[in-house]
Amino acid sequence: MKWVGLIAVLFTGGLLLSAMDDFPKWGDAHSPANASPVSQYYIEKTIEDSGVPNMVTAVLADYRGYDTMFETVVVLIAGIAIMAILRVMNQIPGGARPSPRHEIGDHHDIIIGTTCRLLIPVLQLFALYVIAHGHHSPGGGFQGGVILGASFILTAIAQGLDPALERLPEKSYVKLAFAGVVIYSGFGVMCLLLGENFLDYGVLHVLLPGIDAAEARSHSMLGVEVGVAFTVSAIMFAIYANLASKGELEGGL
Amino acid sequence: MGEIFKQYVIDHFNFWIAVILMMIGLYAMITKNNLIKKLIGMSIFQTAIILFYVSAGVKDGATIPILEHHAVEVEQVEMLAAAAGHSPSEHAASGHESHAINPDDYSNPLPHVLMLTAIVVGVATLGVALAVSQVIYKNYGTLEESEILAKIKAAENDG
Repeated sequence: MKWVGLIAVLFTGGLLLSAMDDFPKWGDAHSPANASPVSQYYIEKTIEDSGVPNMVTAVLADYRGYDTMFETVVVLIAGIAIMAILRVMNQIPGGARPSPRHEIGDHHDIIIGTTCRLLIPVLQLFALYVIAHGHHSPGGGFQGGVILGASFILTAIAQGLDPALERLPEKSYVKLAFAGVVIYSGFGVMCLLLGENFLDYGVLHVLLPGIDAAEARSHSMLGVEVGVAFTVSAIMFAIYANLASKGELEGGL
Repeated sequence: MGEIFKQYVIDHFNFWIAVILMMIGLYAMITKNNLIKKLIGMSIFQTAIILFYVSAGVKDGATIPILEHHAVEVEQVEMLAAAAGHSPSEHAASGHESHAINPDDYSNPLPHVLMLTAIVVGVATLGVALAVSQVIYKNYGTLEESEILAKIKAAENDG
């Protein structure tokens, strides 16, 4: 098996490497990928179309809005799948599940506890900055969402899963994940109701007086990114919580 | 010899790294017996693809695909001027040439966008894979592929 695998890998790699001369050179500004009219259009017209300096965010949330919306749905489905695979509902008949014993001092380490108490608010604030400032500096919904989710995961690692789940219970994060997708598609439906194509934000300027179509695109991108961030942060925490506790959402690592 | 080396390796070193990483990942996925090691191989493979795309968008001497605020303001002032009805000839003469956005100055944003979503979806699929392997471990008590197959075969023979 090892030899068959090695031969297959070497054959594939050799085939790719033998065509190396046909690849564009490193840093070639006129390679097919870089000189394509699509990329050139994004670079030249983003500011005209939406007034957003960060082209990556503009392409992500506006030009390729469908892609990002369904990417968010994929993340949501992955989270639901993990819960469906792992989650065990060990409900004792008669209600009143014995509350998980969380001994004080169990996970309590003074250095770790203090560091996390100082670090987590800063982390969450930074996540909000990354989300909200995503179209002017590097950032956006996915990045900020992951940082926000990481702050909850840090709580779970440092203080145990139960305190983290007290702050963000299962019901809340499932709702949060769905709310993100609803926000995103809600922007699309609003455009439909106003007589434009799905996710064509330009028409939304009639809802906010005093701005033009380009500014409406910029603000809608922020709204859409917030939706993405909700889903991503909730699902990141859901993945950790379910994997770390074998689906029981108790005890943790 | 040196010329060929430069032509094949130095000019394309990013693709060499991507292909080598891809080979490592593929080898791990095919030959490793442990499911977690297979997943590690999958992640390495994924990293190779991400590196391939992002490095294809690099341009020599270009900066990140974010316009400077200064350039934005100049652009907006020009748009206002154009809207206010300045004559086009004056507009062109007043330095539109020097302030126009040159695509060669900014690296290609498209691969960045594609890989941004690919990274997050990669994390999500990795989570699903880990969940599945956790269930496999619960049912078979092992993550070694050969042992799992032997147990399945034994169960079939019994039943």
